[in-house]
Amino acid sequence: MTLAELNIGAVLPEIVVSAMACLILLVELITKPHKSCALAWPLTAVSLLVASYLSLEQLAHPLGSALNGLVVQDGVSAVLRAATCLAAAVVLFYSRAYSLERGLWRVEYLVLALFGVVGMMTMIGSSHLLTLYVGIELLALCLYGMIAMQRDSVAAAEAAMKYFILGALASGLLLYGMSLLYGLTGSLSLDQISDATLTNLAPSSLPLTLAVVMVIAGLLFKLGAAPFHMWVPDVYEGSATSTTLYLSAVPKLAAFAILLRLLISGLGGWLEIWQDVILVAAVLSIGLGNIIAIAQSNIKRMFAYSTISHMGFLLLGFSTAGELGLSAAMMYTLIYMFTTLVAFGVVLALSRPGFECDQLDDLRGLNRRNPLLALMMLVAMFSLAGIPPTAGFFAKLFVLEAALEAGFIEIVVVAILFAVVGAFYYLRIVKLMYFDDPTPHLLSASSYGYRPLVGWALGVNALLLVLMIPWMGSILNWIVASL
Amino acid sequence: MNFSDNHLLSLVIWLPIIGGALVLLISGSHRPSVARWSSLLVSLLTFWVSLSLWTRFDRSGSDMQFVERQPWIDRFNIEYFLGVDGISVPLILLTTFLTIIVVIAGWRVIQTRVAQYFASFLIMEGLMIGVFCALDSILFYLFWEAMLIPMFLIIGIWGGPNRVYAAIKFFLYTLAGSLLMLVALLYLYNASQGSFDVLVFQQLPLTSSVQTLIFLAFFAAFAVKVPMVPVHTWLPDAHVEAPTGGSVILAAVTLKMGAYGFLRFAMPIAPDAAHELAWLVIGLSLIAVVYIALVALVQRDMKKLIAYSSISHMGFVTLGFFVFDTTAMTGAVVQMISHGFISAAMFLGVGVLYDRLHSREISVYGGVVKVMPMFGFFMVFFAMANAGLPGTSGFVGEFLVILGAFSVSGVYASIAALTLIVGAAYTLWMVKRVIFGGISNPDVEALKDLDCRELGVMGILALAVLLIGVWPSPLLEVMEQSIANLLAHLEITKL
Repeated sequence: MTLAELNIGAVLPEIVVSAMACLILLVELITKPHKSCALAWPLTAVSLLVASYLSLEQLAHPLGSALNGLVVQDGVSAVLRAATCLAAAVVLFYSRAYSLERGLWRVEYLVLALFGVVGMMTMIGSSHLLTLYVGIELLALCLYGMIAMQRDSVAAAEAAMKYFILGALASGLLLYGMSLLYGLTGSLSLDQISDATLTNLAPSSLPLTLAVVMVIAGLLFKLGAAPFHMWVPDVYEGSATSTTLYLSAVPKLAAFAILLRLLISGLGGWLEIWQDVILVAAVLSIGLGNIIAIAQSNIKRMFAYSTISHMGFLLLGFSTAGELGLSAAMMYTLIYMFTTLVAFGVVLALSRPGFECDQLDDLRGLNRRNPLLALMMLVAMFSLAGIPPTAGFFAKLFVLEAALEAGFIEIVVVAILFAVVGAFYYLRIVKLMYFDDPTPHLLSASSYGYRPLVGWALGVNALLLVLMIPWMGSILNWIVASL
Repeated sequence: MNFSDNHLLSLVIWLPIIGGALVLLISGSHRPSVARWSSLLVSLLTFWVSLSLWTRFDRSGSDMQFVERQPWIDRFNIEYFLGVDGISVPLILLTTFLTIIVVIAGWRVIQTRVAQYFASFLIMEGLMIGVFCALDSILFYLFWEAMLIPMFLIIGIWGGPNRVYAAIKFFLYTLAGSLLMLVALLYLYNASQGSFDVLVFQQLPLTSSVQTLIFLAFFAAFAVKVPMVPVHTWLPDAHVEAPTGGSVILAAVTLKMGAYGFLRFAMPIAPDAAHELAWLVIGLSLIAVVYIALVALVQRDMKKLIAYSSISHMGFVTLGFFVFDTTAMTGAVVQMISHGFISAAMFLGVGVLYDRLHSREISVYGGVVKVMPMFGFFMVFFAMANAGLPGTSGFVGEFLVILGAFSVSGVYASIAALTLIVGAAYTLWMVKRVIFGGISNPDVEALKDLDCRELGVMGILALAVLLIGVWPSPLLEVMEQSIANLLAHLEITKL
């Protein structure tokens, strides 16, 4: 096999990002240490943007299977890789001031973030259980490192430890499921697994069911969906807010991709085994996430539970397994990511030296203190609650419509009822910002920990949540076409 | 034909929304007078544009007019589809007219976050007009829900002491109702083989049990908004806590959105269920008309009294719809418009007193007419209109509804007619205690009469009420054809 047949161009974005990450480590050795990341940060941003551009470029001419069937390069991988790189760049941009103040803005942090992106891109492009697993573990290791980097914080150490142990357990489940699949089908390649399951195995076979359930359990853990959601709130709360943003916004795209690869490309023939499992997880996530979020007083914990409920909606769209449901779920993930960026961006902007904005009460009277940030948060909250005229409404609408078309009418009604419950805690944030008076210690701090440029970027980001609505149809068509 | 002719409806919808955003942008928090004048300009401009809807509307046409149709989300066949008939045109004019009044009424009263206040009202104006124009159900839902956000903020930011509770109650009540409507819309999308077009829904054959469910889902959304009896409890809270402008828009326009929803969605989409469940709606309407009127009688808070009176008057509207009679339905639509003006004027009147003494308690006042003769005159006039005195617009609506109901059932008509007594009782008793009698305390003695601004607002509303009262035919002509069409459609079974 020659080099050309390997189609190495399919992984060009990954190569760029990993090479740049290594380069950045070297470069930082030469530059002066007291200028924190003066060179590393621009290089990181550029490499992410270049990788994003390269991925999008691949949309026009998909290569299909590459590297001996280890990776696949199609429309989905182009869109999701580009979005992942872009989101990672935006996340780092938003959290820069915050991390600088807390001594987290170190070259290792950036490099870990970059390798995390490589892991996610690997997951997105995988067509082989091996690549899939390597991608998952690469991302997970980077996340453990990023969380633990705040080493003088007990909460962060606890979060990293918890995440690590539970993550290892989930990886074990996943690997066990994969090994069973290998035993049953004789292959690790998703295409061959798909062929084998269709021809040789009865859906009632116990080992097959066991394998599928194990794999799904592992995936649900990575996704943070109920009933494998326990780690989410603790990790969100314990991590530095900048890391929480990275953790909550970026990996969801890759999580969607691995679900798509494993369950649709690999086990698509055995829909009847996994559809009910995914549906139960979806309903549980929507219900649990929305109800428990009400009781939270910590912003990050509240967002953690809200994320769980959003993952439920993703799974609901996914469980239909049709073209429509999958594109709805993909759209949901993209819009969710876009909205989360605004929400956490505002929280980051409100934190400043010596003041951590992490309690709901810290948002009190924000409209008086900074009307623009309050307005951005308002838009993000209504988008997360799925109330028009925001992008979040359309995300929910598409998922519910797809689920209805698939005949899950009772589940749609349940999901809608929980959406009302969910609206309550998002409204509470609006209430705190707009209706309540700021407490004195909030008023006394005059400056905010963000730069004007970040403010503008956040503004554009929030505005787009509303202004993208006229183009919603084109975006959806584009996503359908990429699938 | 130029752009503004082809896109008249879009212009009326988006002008205030974009204008509101601009008001927020250009005036910021430091230049309140810029915000005031620019909002007045935007609202006047919108009203002027909407006037050409009235003049150019073809009274004899039976189809939707000023139609705009653009594909939007083609995967789901969602369109940007606008159009109006004779029922929506008067409501649009009511909205644009009252927004001017609200802007003027808030001129001096609102001193905190002025730009945000006016921008909220302008954006809400556009969204409410959108509700009355949308012929694509998702577009309708979009406007319907989006309208909650500015109202939520208006109640919550500029409202009274218990505003947070009222705002959240308002939001969650309406949201819960609307989401059931969303389920119905999604179901209809599937049943119609992929369309969200309201006109397609109206022609869609549905079985009896499906119609009942769809009707109930719509009923949940619209009954909350109207509001009808068991789900009306958010309204007194929201009204009492909202600032004057908020109460005006809430009573005058928002409630009409619910009634409009019955005419555009619930009844034509599920006509058989509407006939079958008419007893339920009529029963609830009659309870509203009589029982809520009695509740209004015992209120001590003026705003609460008017809020309950609104529920009672809206009961007339739903009663008029569900007796399926041309006269009654015409009366119901007139009642919607008329109640828009009268309730706006009543809330403004209470607002005038509240601005001066910061109390809405009836017992605080007494003998106001001696120090505020002009105010006294207008309050008595609007109270009479509220009680349905002949010569005012209140009479036309109520009379036509009772007349229409009588041709269907004498019992309905007699019960409904009770309101003429109870309604007169609670309004006039309030007026007696507040306006007449001896001057109750030195605070009242120090009251200043209406200034030019308040006088202008009250005067123009009085004129509108009087005009519809003595010469309703232009209004009736506009809606005649549409109501005839609707009733003809309702007679055809869909089974």
